[in-house]
Amino acid sequence: MNGLLHQVFSGLATGGIYASLALALVMIYRATELVNFAQGEMAMFSTYLAWSMINAGLPYWPAFLLTIGVSFLAAAVIQLAIIRPLANAPILASVIVFIGLLLVFNSIAGWIFSYTIKTFPSPFPSEPLWANSYISTHEVGAIGVTLALLAILFAFFRWTELGLTMRAAAENPVSSRLVGIRVARMVALGWGLAAALGAVAGMMVAPIIFLDPNMMSGVLLYAFAAALLGGIDNPWGAVLGGFSLGIVENLLGAYLIGTELKMTVALAIIVLVLVVKPSGVFGRTVLTRV
Amino acid sequence: MTLLLEASDLRAFYGSAEVLHQLAFSVGEGTITALLGANGAGKTTTLRAICGLVRSSGEVRFAGTPIGGRATEDIVRLGIAHVPEGRGTFLSFTVEENLQLGAHVRRDKSQRRSDVDRLYGYFPILAERRRQQAGTLSGGEQQMLALSRALMSRPRLLLLDEPSLGLAPIVVQEIFRIMRRINAEEGMSILLVEQNVNLALGLSDHAYLLETGRLALSGPSKELRKHEAVRRSYLGY
Amino acid sequence: MAFGNTMRHIPATRPVVFHARLIIGVLLLLVVAIALPFVASGYLVFQLTLTLVYAIAILGLNMLTGYSGQISLGHGAFYAIGAYTTAILMTRFGVDYWWTIPIAGLTCLIVGFLFGLPALRLEGLYLALATFALAAATPQILKHNGISAWTGGVQGIVIIKPDPPHGLPVNADQWLYLFTLAITIAMFVLAWNLLRGRIGRAMIAIRDHPTAAAAMGVDISLFKSLMFGVSALYTGIAGSLGAIAVQFVSPDAFNILLSISLLLGVVVGGLGSIPGVIFGALFIEFVPDFAGQVSKAAPWAVYGLLLIACMYVAPSGMAGLARQTLASIRKAGRAWPLA
Repeated sequence: MNGLLHQVFSGLATGGIYASLALALVMIYRATELVNFAQGEMAMFSTYLAWSMINAGLPYWPAFLLTIGVSFLAAAVIQLAIIRPLANAPILASVIVFIGLLLVFNSIAGWIFSYTIKTFPSPFPSEPLWANSYISTHEVGAIGVTLALLAILFAFFRWTELGLTMRAAAENPVSSRLVGIRVARMVALGWGLAAALGAVAGMMVAPIIFLDPNMMSGVLLYAFAAALLGGIDNPWGAVLGGFSLGIVENLLGAYLIGTELKMTVALAIIVLVLVVKPSGVFGRTVLTRV
Repeated sequence: MTLLLEASDLRAFYGSAEVLHQLAFSVGEGTITALLGANGAGKTTTLRAICGLVRSSGEVRFAGTPIGGRATEDIVRLGIAHVPEGRGTFLSFTVEENLQLGAHVRRDKSQRRSDVDRLYGYFPILAERRRQQAGTLSGGEQQMLALSRALMSRPRLLLLDEPSLGLAPIVVQEIFRIMRRINAEEGMSILLVEQNVNLALGLSDHAYLLETGRLALSGPSKELRKHEAVRRSYLGY
Repeated sequence: MAFGNTMRHIPATRPVVFHARLIIGVLLLLVVAIALPFVASGYLVFQLTLTLVYAIAILGLNMLTGYSGQISLGHGAFYAIGAYTTAILMTRFGVDYWWTIPIAGLTCLIVGFLFGLPALRLEGLYLALATFALAAATPQILKHNGISAWTGGVQGIVIIKPDPPHGLPVNADQWLYLFTLAITIAMFVLAWNLLRGRIGRAMIAIRDHPTAAAAMGVDISLFKSLMFGVSALYTGIAGSLGAIAVQFVSPDAFNILLSISLLLGVVVGGLGSIPGVIFGALFIEFVPDFAGQVSKAAPWAVYGLLLIACMYVAPSGMAGLARQTLASIRKAGRAWPLA
């Protein structure tokens, strides 16, 4: 029972990270109908930026905020400069560019920061809360940060004018143009927000799985699976999917198949969802008129 | 009378196919102008060309400023509102949010509340449904919403694409009555695309007849009504 | 979810008129190809053999992505299956290397078809995701303890280079090259026939107007799965030959980067272009070394930048550029008497 609870809780912690990244993927998908294959590597690079800042002496939370800001801006620029020009090209062109970005970020991270595994500090104290044996304080903190972020985003999209405008641009770009919304800017903003989410996810997961250029590939795959599971156009589904998958992954790993097949599990889930219900558990089944 | 919108040598393209050929037309300030023609004549394409939604060439001037080649969102900001074919409603947003979005270009947000109320005055049914998802509204209600959304930006020129399509006659009457009223009270210019020639000629001051992408006839609506060809082909007598 | 026209700017198959010039060109190319191993150094011959191997794999992927319009980021998995099939058959069962190749191809045909059956109900992006997951999971599956008795686990399997047939005046490397060349030519001819005929037209119909194709009686899902299987077969055969050339298989050699390289080869050569495949293969064999020289520390970054640049500068790949250049030359040539 001890072990089960522990697995569930730490599953929630990693699940929160999957949820954040899955949400980032869904946001970009809703705005552009494209999946950013490079999301994980961008998040990893952001985490390295934070690491450098902290190493240079900056305290944790200022580094945290600065990283989010830089990631936001960089992503918006990348969208406008590199992705947007291909908006009318075939999908394959955009996919290729995403892959190119993936390679660039991964390789440059390895070049600048080397491939040796680094530790990334956690802003939360290392003693477990109330001396419990189920969940570390960092894991609680990670869940807290994730939930706080999701709450902020929800409030932003639901109750601010800019949030409304971004949602409109994502749902119906043509009608948005017709009311004067600058759709390109909204998409760039969306990319910025997604990158900010990714940066937070990276900084929360790095203390757990340690910092190295390849740390996000497994996380990204699970984020994909979560996004698909929840419905690729459904933000709530992505969040729910992320948390669930975190728990499922831990339970499967601890009790069923060991930890070596995590990617395979993600693959199996992805294929299963795509085969049984491609629109995901909560997604809208889109009927195309022939 | 000043010309609010002038187009000359307007061509439009879908891919490499030219679908509008050397169109020349204008909309006088404060008037209602109708663009008529059968299915596929190019009426919708003309409106889309004005708004930059389709590739076009030639000259289009709005209040003297050339707008050809500009982005849609910039053209709209000059004072043109377009209610597209199919209404273009933001389906998963509420009625109130749709109206809010319609006012996006307005600087003076303070006026927004009174504008919304004014539109609710024109279309009381929208007030009833203000918190409902726009996708759940009936066809007629969505048309009213689309029109209201366009009016929220206080445009100088309103482009209307087939407002009567798929609507019950009584609803159509209501919408046309409101349009006449807005034109009379606020001096808003309207460019109206309609397949219902009778209605369109009844509402408008001036009309153009398009046939397969070309201008076939133009003139004051009263005269076009009596024109032999129009009577035979479109009015049925 | 339908993505409609995922591919554009890809030429439909044009009827090829058998110019004397074309035949002479192809023959010349063949002569050069056969002569190469005798003038080049041992290492270069090895690289050229790998180029041929990649050409087969890229051809397979091109048939899927270029002609059928299905994006696959996971063909490295089939390359791996082909490679491991050969390795296991040769080392555990003592099968002669030339027999392992059709067996590897057949295995991949079946696996590809089976994977394609459910997966190809998906369009564009979803398929890319599913195949991406496949490629990412492949090394992990290969390392799994359960099958390591066969696969050699993390350490992989070593293959002994086959000897040239008795009596031929070639060394082992040259023989391997010529053997691979023969198979490459056969696979190309096979593909050429497939694509020019009914099957090719059906694929283009499915790619451009799936609804119309279905209405005309083409069983789309069966067809798509079959195409997936065939492209997997090609890649599997390539993997098989590649394993023999490299003499080693290990799980980490078949990671996501392999799948990315193959896709890159397709794109750089030109979607739907058979001659472009050769260029694509040369690109992915020699450019990483070049990229490594440009930047010792971050070669893949250079690769990635080249990928992005390619989409901007030459979206239809080398084949597209060549076509455009030829067209402008022809135009200039026609104008010349008037100039």
